[in-house]
Amino acid sequence: MGQTLSVRKLEAWYGPNKTLKGINMEIEANHVTAIIGPSGCGKSTFVRCINRMHETLPGTKVIGEIILDGESIYDQDPVALRKTVGMVFQKPNPFPSMSIFENVVAGVRLNGQRNKQNLQAIAERSLRMAALWDEVKDRLNYSGISLSGGQQQRLCIARALAVEPEILLMDEPASALDPIATTHIEELIRQLRDNYTILIVTHNMQQAARIADSTAFFLNGELVEHGATSEIFTNPKDKRTEDYITGRFG
Amino acid sequence: MKDYIRKYKNWLMLSIFVAATVIALVPLFGVLGYVLKNGLGALNMQFFTNLPKAMGLSGGGMANAIVGTLIMVLIASLIGIPVGILAGIYLTEYDRHSWFSTAVRFATDVLTGIPSIIVGIVIYTAVVLKMGNFSALAGGLALAIIMIPLIIRSTEEMLKLVSHSIREAGYALGISKGKTILKIVLPTAAKGIITGAMLAIARVSGETAPLLFTALGNQYWARSLNEPIASLPVQIFQYATSPYKEWHQLAWAGSLVLILLIIIINLAARFAFRSRHS
Repeated sequence: MGQTLSVRKLEAWYGPNKTLKGINMEIEANHVTAIIGPSGCGKSTFVRCINRMHETLPGTKVIGEIILDGESIYDQDPVALRKTVGMVFQKPNPFPSMSIFENVVAGVRLNGQRNKQNLQAIAERSLRMAALWDEVKDRLNYSGISLSGGQQQRLCIARALAVEPEILLMDEPASALDPIATTHIEELIRQLRDNYTILIVTHNMQQAARIADSTAFFLNGELVEHGATSEIFTNPKDKRTEDYITGRFG
Repeated sequence: MKDYIRKYKNWLMLSIFVAATVIALVPLFGVLGYVLKNGLGALNMQFFTNLPKAMGLSGGGMANAIVGTLIMVLIASLIGIPVGILAGIYLTEYDRHSWFSTAVRFATDVLTGIPSIIVGIVIYTAVVLKMGNFSALAGGLALAIIMIPLIIRSTEEMLKLVSHSIREAGYALGISKGKTILKIVLPTAAKGIITGAMLAIARVSGETAPLLFTALGNQYWARSLNEPIASLPVQIFQYATSPYKEWHQLAWAGSLVLILLIIIINLAARFAFRSRHS
C-alpha cells in the first residue's frame, strides 16, 4: 500500500542557487499527485529530495523534513529509503549491459535475491504491472536497449516496481515519448494508483488534468498552490496559478 | 559559375585528404612489408624452439627471448592492470574533482609522456642496484610502470562514457554505490576497459629501452625470475647491432614475431569482448 508523505519547510540548494524555498506539502497515500510549473521552478529538485537523490550531486544541500510513515527520511539510510521510494526518470535508462529480464530484477537481485524461481516470478509480475509482459515475454534475454523508447520506459517502470516500493516518483516520465507511448504510460499510472502513492512531475498540463487526483503548482522554488486537480484547473485561488494554466506565462 | 568553383574546391580538398591518408599508410605498409620480406626467410621451427647459438654460428633461435617477453609482459600485466583499473575507477567514481585527483591525473599524463628509457634508469637505480642483479622482476616492474598511466587513462575515459543516468538508475533502485559501480557501471564499460588494457599490453610488448637496464638479456634460459632474462626487443637490438650476417637474419625474424604478437593482441582486443546481447 502507498504511504503518506509530509514535507515540512524543505529548502534545497544546488551550488549557490536556492532551488527550493521552504516547501510545506502533504501528499496523500494512494493518490496521484502532479507537480506542474515552468522550467527551473524546482519541481525536479523537489521529487529528487524525496528519495534523497538530490544530495548525491556535488555542491548540493538540503534542510527541512520529509516525514514518511512517521519517520523523517533524513534519519533513514538513503540506500534503504530508495527501496521504499522508487523513481522513474525523464529519459528511459535501462542498464545497457543487461537483458530485459536482468533489468527488471536488477534491484532485487543486486540486493541479495538469488532464487531463480522467485526472480522469474518477480519479473513476470512487474512486467505485467507495467503492461509490457505480452510484448517481451518471448525475448526476455534480449538487450534492454533493443526495445523502443516507450517500451524502455515501461521496462524502467517495471524495474522500479520490482523492488516493491510504496511511493513512486516520476520525473516527466512521458516527455521523451510519442503520443501512443504516452497514453500507455498514463493508463499504467491510473492502474498503479490503487497500490502506490505516485508523484509525477509534468510539463504537460493536460496530462496532469487527465491522471492526477491533486495538483501542485511550483514557481521559483515555492509551492504556490496545491489542491484537487479539478479545483486547480477550474477555480485556482492564486492569480499566478491562473496565469500559468491559462498560458499567460511559462 | 559559383557551383563550378564550389565543386572544384570540394574536389581539391578531397584529393588532399586522400593524399594525406595514403601518405600515412605508406610507412605502415612499408615497415610491415620490409619486415615480412626480410623476416620470413629466417623464420623456421628452430627459431621458436632453440636457444641462440654462439657468436657467428648459423642456426639457433630465440625461444628464450619469446618466453622472456611473455613472462615479463605477464608480470607487468599482473601489476599494471589491477592497479590501473582500480585507480581509474577511484578517479572517476569516487574522487573526480578534488586537488588529489587533479594531481594524480596530471602526474598520469606526465608519466604517459616520459621516455621509457627513463623508467628503465629509475628501476635500475631503485631495484636492480638494491637487489644486486638484473632480473625478470625488475623488467616486468619497469613495463608495469609504463602500463599503469595508459590503463588509468583509458579506464577513466571509458567510465566517463557511461551516462550518469545509469548510475542514478542504480541508486534509485536502492542499490548501494559499490554494487552499482561493480555490477552496473563496470559491465557497461567493460569492453572499452579491456580493450584499453590489451592495447597497453601491446604497447609494452615492444619496449626495449626500459629492459636494457633491468632485464639485461640472456643467451640462455633464465632459471628464476630473479635472473637476467632475454626478451625479443632486447635480443633484436643486440643482434641487429652485431657484425654477423646470421644474427641480422635472426633479428629480422625476431622483429616479425614481435610485430605478429602485437597484431594478435590488437585483434584480440578488438574481438574479445563483443557484447552478450546482439
